[in-house]
Amino acid sequence: MQIYLPIAEISVNIFLILGLGGGVGFLSGLFGVGGGFLITPLLIFYGIPPAVSVATAANQIVASSVSGVFAHWKRGNVDLKMGLVLLVGGIVGSTAGVWVFAWLRSLGQIDLVISLCYVIFLGIIGGMMLFEATRAIFRTRRRGGQIRRSKKHQHSFIHGLPFKMRFYRSGLYISALLPLAVGFFVGILTALMGVGGGFVMVPAMIYLLGMPTGVVIGTSLFQIIFVTANVTFLQSIQTQTVDVALAILLLIGGVIGAQFGAQFGSKLKAEHLRALLGLLVLSVCLKLLFDLVITPSDLYSVMPGDL
Amino acid sequence: MTALSRTQIILLGALLLPLLTLGTASKKAFADPLVVDLSNHLVAITTGFTGTNVLLFGAVENEGDVIVTVRGPDQDMVVRKKERKAGIWVNSESARYKNVPAYYASASNRPMDIIAPPDTLLDYRIGLQNQRFVTENKLSNEEQVLYREALLRNMQNAGLFGQRPAKISFLSNQLFRTDIHFPANTPTGTYTISVYLIRDGKIASVKTTPLVVSKTGISAEVYEFAHRYSALYGIIAVIIAVIAGWIASVAFRKR
Repeated sequence: MQIYLPIAEISVNIFLILGLGGGVGFLSGLFGVGGGFLITPLLIFYGIPPAVSVATAANQIVASSVSGVFAHWKRGNVDLKMGLVLLVGGIVGSTAGVWVFAWLRSLGQIDLVISLCYVIFLGIIGGMMLFEATRAIFRTRRRGGQIRRSKKHQHSFIHGLPFKMRFYRSGLYISALLPLAVGFFVGILTALMGVGGGFVMVPAMIYLLGMPTGVVIGTSLFQIIFVTANVTFLQSIQTQTVDVALAILLLIGGVIGAQFGAQFGSKLKAEHLRALLGLLVLSVCLKLLFDLVITPSDLYSVMPGDL
Repeated sequence: MTALSRTQIILLGALLLPLLTLGTASKKAFADPLVVDLSNHLVAITTGFTGTNVLLFGAVENEGDVIVTVRGPDQDMVVRKKERKAGIWVNSESARYKNVPAYYASASNRPMDIIAPPDTLLDYRIGLQNQRFVTENKLSNEEQVLYREALLRNMQNAGLFGQRPAKISFLSNQLFRTDIHFPANTPTGTYTISVYLIRDGKIASVKTTPLVVSKTGISAEVYEFAHRYSALYGIIAVIIAVIAGWIASVAFRKR
């Protein structure tokens, strides 16, 4: 059954989009990730204009983050103060990102920048995940389940930064500049790539800020809600590329898929999950890279001039 | 959906013919040499739109050749050329063309070059090859040819420019019909359909009729709303997402 998307201005197969949302939802439930970094490239592969894919994915992530944050909030796994500082950086970053997005679009370079961002980030994250997970698999086999703990606090230039703030819930006393910078950077990615940015935010919170892992997911979800909401709002105003119909179809599929994914995920070992996710991320990365490198069938492209 | 059945055509013809014969019988000078109409003057893009055909039909007094052109609303188009930089294909140079029709198709009962001399077709800008696209970018002659061809090729591949003139079929010496196809990605706006009656290589009569392509139903309202009240649209989009997320978390709470 075909449905005409009002903003993307093309007709798509309704079951295919539901299935896509469901598939990514399944994976996000399985791996505990937002899935924005999968949904945007898949929409682009399907033929949705990249600009619409990015803006609509941000809208869909608002929903998936809201549904995820409640459980963490109830368990007290949200560091509100840290979340708010990250959010300030995130709002500034995403606002700048939307502006850069519109600028690149007028230059005709937005598709390239989206693809390049994906290739770089998916390549790094996927590679690291796969490497770390395979090592963990072999280590647990050898040592029978023991996992080495890393050193908790290491002193570096980071602790010399000014504007120190106390974050009670995370048990940290660090410069506010640090979470501000992390939020800013991830905000730009949200606007440019249509991702929540959890895959950058979570490692940065653990390794850069030194937050305890218990509060990391909840806090990142909390601030992702507002940053993606900001992107949705600004893209609506600036580029009119948020397709609500597409977002709703994706969320219906996504919500249902995530439930099955979460149930299925509890049956698999964590490091196996990470290795699988790493492989998946790398294959999306390779497909995008391949498309950038092979000679296109037509060297010329045509676009309406008012975009 | 929009195509008329053959019997309907014959009925229409039956209605039109007496008018024509009446015209010839009374006074030839007052007779309209060319009568045309469309099965539908509005192409409605609804939520389930996957493309449609519009039937153009008409009658000519005495014999003659007929050419039909369909031209969508004008718009600016940018043609970009990709170049390999550091192993990656990157958009480099571009040319902006003004007054490119968003849609163009033509039809004729015989090959156009037989019907009329090239000069006539050029004067009336009939056919894809006779469309003039203006660019302000400075291009060499060679580049101009390449960019123009790229524009035509890309629009044809998108289904927005007709690959070749469609066929106009004559049901008798006087009645003719042709189907105009509008693909799923048809741009909205007011289209101009021109019908040329040609005798001895000269344009004997021209009729133009408008055709409106517009979105209707929910998709049209959503689009309207998104463009007119974009801030409110953004807020609503966020609210829908928040509510959907909240419902999901309640519905699937750990049993």
